[in-house]
Amino acid sequence: MKVPYSWLKEYVDIDVSAQELMDKLFGCGFEVEEMIDLGAEVSRVVVGEVLSCEKVEGTHLAICQVNCGEYGNPVQIVTGAPNVYAGMHTPAALDNSRLPGGVVIKAKPLHGIPSSGMLCSGEELGLNDDLYPGAEVYGLMDLPKDTVPGADIREVVGLNDYIFDISITSNRPDCQSILGIAREVAAVLGKELKMPATDYTCSEAKDPDLKITVEAPDLCPRYLGHYVRNIQVGPSPRWMRRNLALCGLRGISNVVDITNYVLLEIGQPMHAFDMEQLQEKQIVVRRAKDGEKIQTLDEKEFTLNPDNLVICDGNRPVALAGIMGGLNSEITGNTTQLLFEAAKFARDNVRHTSRALGQSSDSSARFERGISEYTTELGMARALHLIQELGCGEITSSAFDCSAGAPREGKRFTASLSRINSILGIEVPAEEVLSILERLNFKVIRDGDILDVTAPRYREDIEVGDPDLAEEIIREYGYDHVVPTFLKDAQVTSGGKNPEQQRKDRVKRIFCAEGYHEISTLAFYADSDLDALRIPEDAPERNVLRILNPISANLSIMRPLLAPSMLNIVVENLKRGNEDGRVFEMSNIYVPRGENELPDERLHLGIAAFGDAEDFFTVKGTVEALGEALGTAFTVERAQDVPYLHPGIAAYILCEGERIGVFGKLANEVTAELKLHKDSKSNHKIFLGEIDYTLMMNHVAASFRYRPISPFAPVIRDLALTVTEEITCGALMQEIAKACKQVTDVELFDIYRGEQIGAGKKSMAFKIRFESEEKALAPEDVDRFVKKILGNLKFKLGAEIR
Amino acid sequence: MEQRIRALREQMEQRLGQVDSKEKLAAFWQEYLGKKGSIAELMKGLGAVSKEDRPAMGKVINEFKAQAEARYKALNEKMEQLELAARNRLEAVDITLPAQKRPLGGLHPLTIVKDEMINVFAGMGFEIFEGPEVEDDDHNFTRLNVPKDHPSRDMQDTFYLGGDLLLRTQTSGGQIRVMDLEKPPIKVLVPGRVFRSDSDATHSPMFHQMEGLVVDKHITLCDLQGLLDKFVKQIFDADVKTRLRPSYFPFTEPSVEVDVSCFECGGKGCSLCKHTGWIEVLGGGVVHPHVLENCGIDPKEYSGIAFGIGIERITMLKYGINNIGLLFENDLRFLKQFKE
Repeated sequence: MKVPYSWLKEYVDIDVSAQELMDKLFGCGFEVEEMIDLGAEVSRVVVGEVLSCEKVEGTHLAICQVNCGEYGNPVQIVTGAPNVYAGMHTPAALDNSRLPGGVVIKAKPLHGIPSSGMLCSGEELGLNDDLYPGAEVYGLMDLPKDTVPGADIREVVGLNDYIFDISITSNRPDCQSILGIAREVAAVLGKELKMPATDYTCSEAKDPDLKITVEAPDLCPRYLGHYVRNIQVGPSPRWMRRNLALCGLRGISNVVDITNYVLLEIGQPMHAFDMEQLQEKQIVVRRAKDGEKIQTLDEKEFTLNPDNLVICDGNRPVALAGIMGGLNSEITGNTTQLLFEAAKFARDNVRHTSRALGQSSDSSARFERGISEYTTELGMARALHLIQELGCGEITSSAFDCSAGAPREGKRFTASLSRINSILGIEVPAEEVLSILERLNFKVIRDGDILDVTAPRYREDIEVGDPDLAEEIIREYGYDHVVPTFLKDAQVTSGGKNPEQQRKDRVKRIFCAEGYHEISTLAFYADSDLDALRIPEDAPERNVLRILNPISANLSIMRPLLAPSMLNIVVENLKRGNEDGRVFEMSNIYVPRGENELPDERLHLGIAAFGDAEDFFTVKGTVEALGEALGTAFTVERAQDVPYLHPGIAAYILCEGERIGVFGKLANEVTAELKLHKDSKSNHKIFLGEIDYTLMMNHVAASFRYRPISPFAPVIRDLALTVTEEITCGALMQEIAKACKQVTDVELFDIYRGEQIGAGKKSMAFKIRFESEEKALAPEDVDRFVKKILGNLKFKLGAEIR
Repeated sequence: MEQRIRALREQMEQRLGQVDSKEKLAAFWQEYLGKKGSIAELMKGLGAVSKEDRPAMGKVINEFKAQAEARYKALNEKMEQLELAARNRLEAVDITLPAQKRPLGGLHPLTIVKDEMINVFAGMGFEIFEGPEVEDDDHNFTRLNVPKDHPSRDMQDTFYLGGDLLLRTQTSGGQIRVMDLEKPPIKVLVPGRVFRSDSDATHSPMFHQMEGLVVDKHITLCDLQGLLDKFVKQIFDADVKTRLRPSYFPFTEPSVEVDVSCFECGGKGCSLCKHTGWIEVLGGGVVHPHVLENCGIDPKEYSGIAFGIGIERITMLKYGINNIGLLFENDLRFLKQFKE
């Protein structure tokens, strides 16, 4: 919120510099995000008195001798301004002076005539008529004749001012105004607050027909209306326009400016209806009818429903409550009588309507955060006072106050000095506590440790007593009084990750050891990401949790699979010229359950490897390493029905017979759609995998016990077997291992195809390890085992020894 | 005989000088020490020596034999050494050739920093709790003292999933879930992903937070600063100081922002701290009594402190990362830089 330093000074005698004030505000909870120095860009510009001006023949220029006081008398300055005259007081930018926009003025000849600076217009100083009347005149600024030559122009035109841009936390709606901040400034500086005048007198006049009804007191707990007539619309005074301008508002007319002024000064959004436009002299505050329409001041039309609160006249909506007035009852230059509105509207209703319609304003911003009824009363009184002060209308006796009956005093509660101190952990002296609370306008009656406290009416955020007061006290007393203690009274607890959490870390480390980099991707993507992976419309993965208000359509569903995210990262890396890589992610996928029921968040492991060096078996190596490192074993089963994987180069991962995941090469048809460079080999070697972490870990024993090592040396035998092409290596190995319990390891070391063994056949050579825990195996023993193995293989797989 | 031995000895020394290979050394052995060698011959010739001279002569022959054997042994060793040296020379490699790499993977920087943070708090007795990412309104807002009409719901732009479900905007909901399960003393950390509809150079719609909660008797604001003091010293630098300043969160009262003195410039002012000497790192406060009550904990008996730390913020500060987007682009050139 923008708060001009000079405006604050109207309420508090500030005796510290702007910088010091900024630090004080920061310390008590009001961060000044920016302190704008209005005159920061202006230097060496002074009041100049034009002593003489002499036209240069054949040009538009005039040579002026200018009295610049201590900076030179006279100084010769050439100007092209048409309105210059001898005796004029006007801003003179001296040699080496600076103007807004980084403009530097130097002494240099103009048309060969020496000129030691420049005479300035208001615009060149960054001024407008609101900030300084007459600043927008065409040509040079014509300053009053009582300005002193040589005086700093910033002092003369009010550029010696600051604007604080203050961020207000949402618990302090009472500070959304100049007065609100002034109250805080007065408290922190220990100064008196000078309240703005709110007195006014009403005429005898009354309009007996005028009626105000609030039909929805739940959405409008307070509604004040006051009839003002004999309006003379005209410009508002200089001081009002300047203050509005400092806050970024342009002056419009006295009546409109008053509503804006009260909004900024008091924090009460005001509205003024043109009485002559109000049909049947009625105001009805009610919920809109379904389909009812309103056109707001900015000429936008909205269709409403009963969730929206409207202010109506006898027949139709004339304002969108708390958000914006209607075009049909707008104050114009012809307005002669008006109805002022100051109200409190329910903050969530204003917020919802504002969001739903996409319409917001300075008013709605304040109502959404909350307005106290104190502010409503003060705002109306201040507006009426200003009408009187500006002499632009007659305040009638037709005043309305519709109230839902909220109490008209501040919250009263009991607090305790010792409890406040026990929240803070320090002893704040009792006198200090009382003094701080008094400065903040709390009424306190002390009885020993007990405080009987009444909060100011505008502090609706105060609700639980001791903690609220603790916060008020420490922010005024100063956080530097807090003495760090390290949980001195807390009990000792054991900490750290539990075994389940530690196992997640272990799994991540296994992937790291396999050369995989962990990635972190967004938990949402789009239906089109599933389309890209050719996930069928009726697949279970299509049952997804949808975000109702996504940032963009690209990020609208909670992911049911990690694979699309993994692929996106691979593609992104390839596009950036990273030709190979291995990445993994351990993250949730989301499976919807019933309505209002939290979804099943299943932890998945996503795997991706790409680049010329990768193939199915490098990824398989990682999968097997994972199984081995977890003390279990994974087997594979051909996966031909995974839509995004190559039907011939993909496998389900099985653990104890259960499918726990899948991996394989990205399907050719998916790869083709990626639109990657065709000439790079890496682009066609993308492997993806996805494992259900929970399913996997179900097969991992929480603890393990050591198995004795056989004291007897193992015996190794090599076997070369000839089989038909369709017999898989896995089938052979499984049979070999099954055939006899002494087999502890089987390893393939060669595959041969050739004329010697005939077409449609292959020879596979295995290294088989035999071990017994009972005895040293004799060659005859092993011969027997081998015979048994060969028998089985021949019977089941038709394998012949080569 | 003596003369013969002397001659043989001299001859042997000469022959030794010519031995420069294993083959010649073997020939040398045959010639002197073999079964038909000179020394064996001498031994056979001993029978012809007179009985009284025989012992002395035998001794001389034996000395000769010992000498020959010693010479042989020494030469053999030398030969073996030469042979080994030659083999080693042959096998030598250019050690500056590129290594055969078996590339190491690594953890994401956010994981590295998260674990580092967890370790600091684990040492102080904090357990780790992970709550759900899809939350209900009750846990994410209402029971955290953010009723339906509360303006602070606007502080965070929430993703809604229909009904009461939403994506958690803060890990603070974990406080509620922990206090539903456990009673004081509680010291818990809730790390996790959170979601807000915000996206620019400093915001990602998904980011990571770590909530901390202590509930016990006599826990104060001073404890919050003491605890966080220790944390920032371990995470950043032993000289880093903390500063509290007032702030607002619905679930704590008083609420504070915690700044650390700038570890880049030591507080003198630099671009990192925007010339203020301080860097905002986290928020916290004394747990609001409503929150304790909402979880069945008597605020008259127990008090608590809570804090929330943005893991991205700490990660970016630690590594000098200036755009949050880098953390989610997952460019391998970026990821490969981070070591535990």
